[in-house]
Amino acid sequence: MSGNWIEVCAADAIDEEDVMRFDHGGRTFAIYRSPEDDYFATDGLCTHEQIHLADGLVMDNIIECPKHNGRFDYRTGEAKGAPVCVNLKTYPVRVENGTVFIAV
Amino acid sequence: MPHFVVVGAGECGARAAFALREKGFEGDITLIGAEPVAPYERPPLSKEGLVHAHEPKFVAALERYAEQGIDLRLGIDATDIDPTGKVVTLTDGERLSYDKLLLATGASARSFPGIAGTGERIRMLRSQADALALRAALLPGRHVAIIGGGFIGLELAATARRLGADATVIEGLPRVLKRGVPEAIAELITQRHRQEGVDIRCDETIVAVEEGTDSAIVRLASGKEISADLVLIGIGAQPNVALAEKAGLAIDNGIAVNERLETSAADVYAAGDCCSFPLALYGGRRVRLESWRNAQEQGTLAAANLLGAENSISAVPWFWSDQYDLTLQIAGLADGAATMLRRDLGEDAFILFHLDETGRLLAASGIGRGNAVARDIRLAEMLIAARICADPAALTASHVKLKSLLAV
Ligand SMILES: Cc1cc2nc3c(=O)[nH]c(=O)nc-3n(C[C@H](O)[C@H](O)[C@H](O)COP(=O)(O)OP(=O)(O)OC[C@H]3O[C@@H](n4cnc5c(N)ncnc54)[C@H](O)[C@@H]3O)c2cc1C
Ligand code: FES
Repeated sequence: MSGNWIEVCAADAIDEEDVMRFDHGGRTFAIYRSPEDDYFATDGLCTHEQIHLADGLVMDNIIECPKHNGRFDYRTGEAKGAPVCVNLKTYPVRVENGTVFIAV
Repeated sequence: MPHFVVVGAGECGARAAFALREKGFEGDITLIGAEPVAPYERPPLSKEGLVHAHEPKFVAALERYAEQGIDLRLGIDATDIDPTGKVVTLTDGERLSYDKLLLATGASARSFPGIAGTGERIRMLRSQADALALRAALLPGRHVAIIGGGFIGLELAATARRLGADATVIEGLPRVLKRGVPEAIAELITQRHRQEGVDIRCDETIVAVEEGTDSAIVRLASGKEISADLVLIGIGAQPNVALAEKAGLAIDNGIAVNERLETSAADVYAAGDCCSFPLALYGGRRVRLESWRNAQEQGTLAAANLLGAENSISAVPWFWSDQYDLTLQIAGLADGAATMLRRDLGEDAFILFHLDETGRLLAASGIGRGNAVARDIRLAEMLIAARICADPAALTASHVKLKSLLAV
């Protein structure tokens, strides 16, 4: 972990069981709020065809890619079967005083 | 050691082979493919992939086959099946005994009636080899005449424009995408193509397609003729059933399978574009789907059933197409719908919901830029699978989250 914490947004800017896009330093990320109100971050682009996951659907701990419904566990980045086979990178997330930060 | 043979190394066959291992099968797996290339994804062939046609997008990295102990035989056809003796014969005369057999032979592009075959200037698009040949002809200033205003023809027209070539689309019916796509969406797609400079001609009957040395000519019943550097025939696909037919398997618009993908022969299954199957969600009517996700899902389902599960097909048909920056997605089957409702998603993106006379959601078709409709189509798919009669007001009000309708 590089430990370089970046401010993302207010915690309530992301709906429960939803995902949001976040761009920083020429890179793009997807930030998730789980049904249990925990926050997670992964690389923004699907490893199948580089489509942004923020347009996808969050169900429980799964993000489904909007393009061909490839699935990942957004907590671990693990690809959950065809058509995706390459995992997503994940990043540490911290919520402080109602603000979300990620370490990139 | 049991030996499972998969004939057809496309999306479906490859997925089935990997799924067998994922589900713990330890026996031998042989995957036989007529094409000389490892299994690749076909959808990019008419889209972005055609721009960089030299490299197909593989279903899996080549080394994965060896790692998983899948004996991938390429450039070889299965020519005969003996379902009684449980033997498959290959082009080189080799005879493989099988315990279970999966036919995933896919489909072939349909040729135009009256045209003996294809030539240098008359082509079809189904395989990587077809795409390579086509790519070489799509150069700035060249003109491609496309017969058929279906998905492949229209996607190819968009790609041709992107590459600087001119495109004319000739459709026999009064509008493009007549099968399975609502008029409002087809209209929007047509307008977009025309803005991009594609010449779309509907209601035209073709009387002949002729190949000359410098050009090919499409002759229309109206007396007009269209001269092009290349003619692409994009009038649909037909299931590859020859092998199954020769072996005496039941055929009905494809290799006929039951809801568990079993053919009429013991221990022989079929899946993907090559088979027709009963769809319980739509009253058990028999359909054949030519769609990428169907090929994947049926490959996985077939693998489970080869291993003794008795799972039935339950997936909702799903399809997508990309043209320019527009993406269309369709979930479900809309024929038989009594009502259509529209949900506007802003920036020209919208979804049409198709309901039957009882108000049950049968299908949803959406179009928009990028992934504007993706999330709602995915949720609609879940509503269809759950056989929900959704509140029409909630379906049309874009501020109502479709996810909330699933909870009830
Ligand atoms: C240009 C194009 C664009 C497409 N775009 C989309 C899209 O945008 N969205 C979508 O949902 N779907 C799309 N599709 C459809 C999708 O690609 C198919 O539904 C899918 O490929 C079907 O997979 P399959 O494995 O059943 O068959 P196939 O992909 O056809 O594979 C079958 C394989 O079996 C081989 N074979 C056949 N007979 C034998 C034999 N006797 N012995 C050995 N091998 C044999 C064939 O050579 C072939 O390689 C597109 C198809 C094409 C051609
Ligand atoms: S781009 Fe994500 S599944 Fe294809």
